Amino acid sequence: MQKGRFGIHGGQFVPETLMNAVIELEKAYAFYSKDAHFNRELDDLLKNYAGRPSLLYHAEKMTRDLGGAKIYLKREDLNHTGSHKINNVLGQILLAKKMGKSRVIAETGAGQHGVATATAAALMGMKCDVYMGREDTQRQALNVFRMELLGATVHSVTSGTQTLKDAVNETMREWTNRIEDTHYVLGSVMGPHPFPTIVRNFQSVIGKEVRQQILKAEGKLPDALLACVGGGSNAIGLFYEFIGDDSVALIGCEAAGLGVDTPKNAATVANGTLGIFHGMKSYFCQDEYGQIAPVYSISAGLDYPGIGPEHANLHDTGRAQYVSVTDTEAVEAFEYLSKTEGIIPAIESAHAVAYAQKLAPTMKKDQILVVNLSGRGDKDVAAIAKYRGVKIDE
Amino acid sequence: MNRIRNVFANGKAFIPFVTAGDPNLAITERLVLEMAEAGADLIELGIPFSDPVAEGIVIQKADERALAAGTTTDKIFDMVRRIRNKLDIPLAFMTYANPIFVYGADKFLANCSACGIDAIIVPDVPYEEKGELLPSCEKYGVALISLIAPTSKERIGMIASQAQGFVYCVSSLGVTGVRSEITTDIAQMIALVKTAQNIPCAIGFGISTPEQASTMAKIADGVIVGSAIVKLVEQYGEHCVGPVRDYVLKMKRSISA
Ligand SMILES: Cc1ncc(COP(=O)(O)O)c(C=O)c1O
Repeated sequence: MQKGRFGIHGGQFVPETLMNAVIELEKAYAFYSKDAHFNRELDDLLKNYAGRPSLLYHAEKMTRDLGGAKIYLKREDLNHTGSHKINNVLGQILLAKKMGKSRVIAETGAGQHGVATATAAALMGMKCDVYMGREDTQRQALNVFRMELLGATVHSVTSGTQTLKDAVNETMREWTNRIEDTHYVLGSVMGPHPFPTIVRNFQSVIGKEVRQQILKAEGKLPDALLACVGGGSNAIGLFYEFIGDDSVALIGCEAAGLGVDTPKNAATVANGTLGIFHGMKSYFCQDEYGQIAPVYSISAGLDYPGIGPEHANLHDTGRAQYVSVTDTEAVEAFEYLSKTEGIIPAIESAHAVAYAQKLAPTMKKDQILVVNLSGRGDKDVAAIAKYRGVKIDE
Repeated sequence: MNRIRNVFANGKAFIPFVTAGDPNLAITERLVLEMAEAGADLIELGIPFSDPVAEGIVIQKADERALAAGTTTDKIFDMVRRIRNKLDIPLAFMTYANPIFVYGADKFLANCSACGIDAIIVPDVPYEEKGELLPSCEKYGVALISLIAPTSKERIGMIASQAQGFVYCVSSLGVTGVRSEITTDIAQMIALVKTAQNIPCAIGFGISTPEQASTMAKIADGVIVGSAIVKLVEQYGEHCVGPVRDYVLKMKRSISA
């Protein structure tokens, strides 16, 4: 009876009003994921619209500078709209269209998923409403305007902590309000079944490309894969293809905010406990009574109190390892990659870069480290300036 | 579970909801006593949750007020114990999966049973996931109330056939909140329930006026009112007990007519 489990995690903890919607989605996905025509259309969009495959770039200067493992960057930042989010969005909106939906809704934290959704909705002629915590609309004002430019309506969410989790709450509420013509484009590998599976499959293109690219470049598999983890979609997208290859270490980087020992962090694996929230059983930052904690990270995209159920299970089984990276480390890595390789990473991705700076020197020169650059950092430039106390005229 | 049968023993049932701890637990305790006196047949006590996804803005704000006032699950259990010394009215908890799961479902339901909670309503635990709570509910004799929604359609038979106590019929799409109009064909939903099992049906979500309540009571065994009462609590704060009592009197009268 229990569907969509990853070990003990996952499930379908949604109000009865949504049950037929998630069941309908599951059936539609089961059909279209095996439909040759659907897959051709999606491949075409990924190639000719999103710009896939994304490059696997050998970061030679960074490799030399850190003096250990050979470092490759998977350049999801070069995708159309500037992050990995487009992979999932193109898949889901194409699916929604096949299901006869005319409107999509989405939550967004950093705004990247909202921008990707607004973009694909514009392309495919769908109405689009995006829900964003009020605090994030201020942190990422440029992305709000970008979404509006793309024809979406952005709703500022003022409930709770006014960040990503509250945006998810509000989008779920809106979905229960209007199901008939509306698909909820969930932005990460979280939520009720079948979302964690659907989003993972649409993102797994990242790891599939990496396997081909690294085999071509090096003739062998990488030794370690690094990715930042909010809900976990870019990380699972990279990891999934390699789960069966035991020699490949899988490492997710969580946001430690001001530090895992302070109240201001979003490090779910480090500090979370088992719970049931946002449709899934998984780990959450919460108190002893199950009240969800107000989490914090400089990165709006990692500022989420939970983690996708498949990651929770990879943690339980020990197949993947989760480490935490502070604001300070991430900002330094943001600046480091900009100066060293001429690539400005998203502040989310900078969390993975920061851990690469620690890990690479401990690895041997003939070992290979792949870091997922999940997005580009243009959206973060103003926030980093502010962090450094630099005033910029807007 | 015997007390749940009493809910529908005095004609059509009136079932008010308040968020426990809004504005504080002392007021909630008085509200329960007065609502019982005014004719409530079952009282739903909300255990506040930080992220109530099935709730509209009125009850969201009530949850925020209650949590800000320091309300916890343990303090609510203590209050229920005090109420039980004075009252035999059926009581139900309404809350989300997480506060129960993190407290420990077994410990939570053992406490429910010990302090006299007769049923629990958990909107984010649908039929497919009820294994999470049902074993402990059965062990301690607390009814796990099933919900059906306007979108449930062919699921109604399956849900109703295994329902306990009564079936909570969600009147409208969306979240809780006062609605000027209810357009769902609820009579049809209830007919499907009764075909599967002869079990009482109560309608909730959106009902606020005596006229709405009276219309709903003609097709169901009871009506549930939440946001309209919580609004009074919001409006009158610590002075809400009188207005809420008067409202419950009026509503019970409207469905008994
Ligand atoms: C560039 C970028 N990377 C990572 C994330 C985190 O999401 P996930 O963990 O699902 O990849 C976000 C979310 O907004 C993002 O914008």
